[in-house]
Amino acid sequence: MNLMSIIITVFAGSLLTAWVSRFGRLQAAWVAGLITLAALAQLLPMVPSVFAGNTHIEHWAWFPSVGLDLSFRLDGLAMLFALLILGIGLLIVLYARYYLSARDCMGRFYSYLLMFMGAMLGIALSENVIQLLIFWELTSLTSFLLISYWQDREEARQGARMALAITGAGGLALLGGLIMLGQIAGSYELSVILNSGDQIRAHPLYVPMLVLVLLGAFTKSAQFPFHFWLPNAMAAPTPVSAYLHSATMVKAGVFLLARLFPALSGTPEWSYLVGGAGLMTLLVGAVFALFKHDLKGLLAYSTISHLGLITLLFAIGTPLAAVAGVFHIINHAIFKASLFMAAGIIDHEAGSRDMRKLNGLWKYMPHTAMLAMVASAAMAGVPLLNGFLSKEMFFAEAASAGSHLKLGWLLPAAVTIAGIFAVAYSVRFIHDVFYNGEPIDLPKTPHEPPRWMKLPVELLVALCLLVGILPQATVQPLLEIASAGVLQTTPPDFDLAIWHGVNIALIMSVVALVGGGLVYAMRLPLFRLHDEHLAPRLQAKAVFDHIMSALFRFASALTRALDTGSLQRMLVLFFAGALVLGVGGFLMGGGPLSGNRAMLPLDPLSLMAALILIFGTLAVVMSHRQRFTALILIGVVGLVVSLIFVKFSGPDLALTQLSVEVVTIVLLLLALYFLPQSHSAESPRWRRARDLVVALLAGTGAALLSWAVLSRPFTSISDYFLANSVPGGGGSNVVNVILVDFRGFDTLGEITVLALAALGIFAMLERIYLPGPDADAQGRPWNWDKHPAVMASFARLLLPLALMVSVFIFLRGHNLPGGGFIAGLVTAVALIMQYLANGEEWTQDRLPANTHPMLAMGLLIATLTGLGSWLFGYPFLTSSFGHFHLPFIGEFELATAMAFDLGVYLVVVGSVLLILIYLGLMHGASHRPASGKEDYR
Amino acid sequence: MEILLSVVIGALTAGGVYLALRGRTFAVVLGLTLLSYAVNLFLFAMGRLTIGEPPVIGSSESYTDPLPQALVLTAIVIGFAMTAFVIMLALKARSVLGSDHVDGRDES
Repeated sequence: MNLMSIIITVFAGSLLTAWVSRFGRLQAAWVAGLITLAALAQLLPMVPSVFAGNTHIEHWAWFPSVGLDLSFRLDGLAMLFALLILGIGLLIVLYARYYLSARDCMGRFYSYLLMFMGAMLGIALSENVIQLLIFWELTSLTSFLLISYWQDREEARQGARMALAITGAGGLALLGGLIMLGQIAGSYELSVILNSGDQIRAHPLYVPMLVLVLLGAFTKSAQFPFHFWLPNAMAAPTPVSAYLHSATMVKAGVFLLARLFPALSGTPEWSYLVGGAGLMTLLVGAVFALFKHDLKGLLAYSTISHLGLITLLFAIGTPLAAVAGVFHIINHAIFKASLFMAAGIIDHEAGSRDMRKLNGLWKYMPHTAMLAMVASAAMAGVPLLNGFLSKEMFFAEAASAGSHLKLGWLLPAAVTIAGIFAVAYSVRFIHDVFYNGEPIDLPKTPHEPPRWMKLPVELLVALCLLVGILPQATVQPLLEIASAGVLQTTPPDFDLAIWHGVNIALIMSVVALVGGGLVYAMRLPLFRLHDEHLAPRLQAKAVFDHIMSALFRFASALTRALDTGSLQRMLVLFFAGALVLGVGGFLMGGGPLSGNRAMLPLDPLSLMAALILIFGTLAVVMSHRQRFTALILIGVVGLVVSLIFVKFSGPDLALTQLSVEVVTIVLLLLALYFLPQSHSAESPRWRRARDLVVALLAGTGAALLSWAVLSRPFTSISDYFLANSVPGGGGSNVVNVILVDFRGFDTLGEITVLALAALGIFAMLERIYLPGPDADAQGRPWNWDKHPAVMASFARLLLPLALMVSVFIFLRGHNLPGGGFIAGLVTAVALIMQYLANGEEWTQDRLPANTHPMLAMGLLIATLTGLGSWLFGYPFLTSSFGHFHLPFIGEFELATAMAFDLGVYLVVVGSVLLILIYLGLMHGASHRPASGKEDYR
Repeated sequence: MEILLSVVIGALTAGGVYLALRGRTFAVVLGLTLLSYAVNLFLFAMGRLTIGEPPVIGSSESYTDPLPQALVLTAIVIGFAMTAFVIMLALKARSVLGSDHVDGRDES
């Protein structure tokens, strides 16, 4: 039994559903149903153990050092949500099978639905809060797909975008909040967090963390002032609305409040923030629901109001209030799912959701009407139905919470007003739709839906009645265990009787029922009042649209200002920005520029070399318009750089720099052939002056920064590498051992980048046509001579020698300066020389230009070496080595790192050759068609 | 000696930045090459300057910091790949747009 496999079942089922839909429309529905059943079948065997009071925790370490693990949790609260998600999900699957029309793609719908279901299960069952957040974001994304299911409708796209913007922004805030929470508690695991409530509440960062977490919860569960996305999400197909509003999505927000209740609640900040939002939402939702003429709109605002109710209960903070909150979560899920389905049936069979047109449907669909009326009465809180029980608990909690406060009578009063409006809109749902005269020009003649479409509604309405009439026998055990999950301790005794005698809660219920009836009776003047005065002023959507369009305008203005399509302009901004940041950082840091490290003495030779380099640089800059000259000069600079490496104890670097210098110059020479050889100055004088100032400032900054570093003492982190290079890595060249062993994974990444760059260049060369020049800058014509015989012969003679040197460098690399990188470069230089000296035709026959297999082989060898250590139970890329004794040769050492280095070698050779040879081959191509000479070989 | 290397890094940076701000692709490639020399030397200098103490076990009494060297070694090779990529981009741009100006069009 395994919690993760439940979630995997659902996600894998999502793919399966998408796939089977090609075999027929209804296959997708069948598979989706079976998948949901399979997930339920895995969950149910664990239920008895949870009822016995156990908490299942499954844990797989992934990245323990930063608290990122894969872990799942099943306690009462998680189980309640998993059952709601899967149970109501199953009914939705059945219902949607009849709801979707022949035009709608079933596979896509069910695939999205299962994906969403999997994400919701992930939220409910997560033990690690970061993991919870990942599933949280997944629900935002998948609900976006579901809401925009009818992509061709503008309102669907708008509604989906709004939902994504609001819940996505909330998710970002939640990420911050959860990270802070994890840092405060010292762990991201819920079992630790839930037990460190006192420590969390006493922490100085408690308030900012709370605000961020609440932003996440409030946006998701559509609390005021973020409530407006929910009514706009009504553009989704009705099964989606039924699912999102009852058991999922918006319930994720209240789930989070319930989940973190022991860790966060019990402070004045919690009470006022959560309570304020809850009360406002309760009132706003209830009042506005009455004025919505759209059936689904009414239900949407009622959902908002009920979520406010649940939030308010958690804000009150007493254990009994939390029990009532959990109870209302259950009840609301049941009656709201059935109401949405009923609304969907009415829409489906009558062709409209407008209550000004829908009247007197009782005659046409009495069965559906009966179901909808019972569910609606449950929503209003009529006795003998489930909504009554939790609502009365809510009234009692609100009254007792209010009695502790100054002006405390306001709370029960406000709650009663919300109750009055709840009754009023429930009555409207019943009376306006099923009675109140005759239908007004409906597109269809209403009739009862197919038998099976009603079944989910019937089951849910039966539950409303069962829970309402026999609460102790039905819901009590589940409620107890779920409340224990919320509180993380035994819940207080509560009595789910229908009759508690005449008390304040009953009086409030009666006032709400009677008042609701009265409000509904005077609805017509109220509608007029709303349409004339309230509606034009209270447009949350307009505010949202305004903010969004302002944001987009700002973004595009910023882009236009910075990205003018000119690289020069952007680079000046970039360099200037870097300068400002650097100077600002230094000035604010306030430290001295120089440190007190002992300096090395200056010697004349070094001074000489430095002068050559500086003048070389200057000469490159001065002569950059005479490109050939500049290229030769930059070679000088590169050589001096490698001398610097020699001087300051970097033999490996010197070798690398030297060989890279050679291939770079060859590369630039080859490229220069296709570019203008020179050009005249074209930048205006002011721009050159500006660039000069920027360049000099940047140079000064770099010099000062280098000086600041070089003059300070430091403690190296390399002692470990130095100490373990021989005993751990089996090599005495520490730089090479770091590359192939200690940081082998980095090197693997780097050779991958190298191979990708080579392939990218190869791809760019395709279909490139550049005419080569027929004469050089001095006007001398192109030379068609064969390659000089002396040079060709010597190059051929030198090849074995050069290859032997590279083998030597490769083999000794683990212990002395050398290694795969350098040997690869030396080999590449030796082979390139053949192309230069012997021409492409001759060399192509012997050395194919296509080095792709070599690249692939190198990467494969390096990766397989890494994977090989798994076979022996070691982490990826663990190296091992041994000393062997062979007759005549003596003792020698063999390390697996050598095989890795071989991979590096092959990738380097392959990439360099690929780049240079293909660029070189373009030369031939650029001349052959133009000249028409065939005898040049 | 430390002052000398600082000046060298500064000079390479200044030259690199100036050339990177030019309008023609070849000059920009030269500038990037100079800049990568400067960056490599700067990274190398993070291990401070020592003479005659290469990080090869057994070759001397104490050793210089090997870590910056390992970083710079791969940076040099990747730097070559980057230079090659940029120059190829320049060739491609010239082939498609008919100009070797960095913005793909000659200034009016």
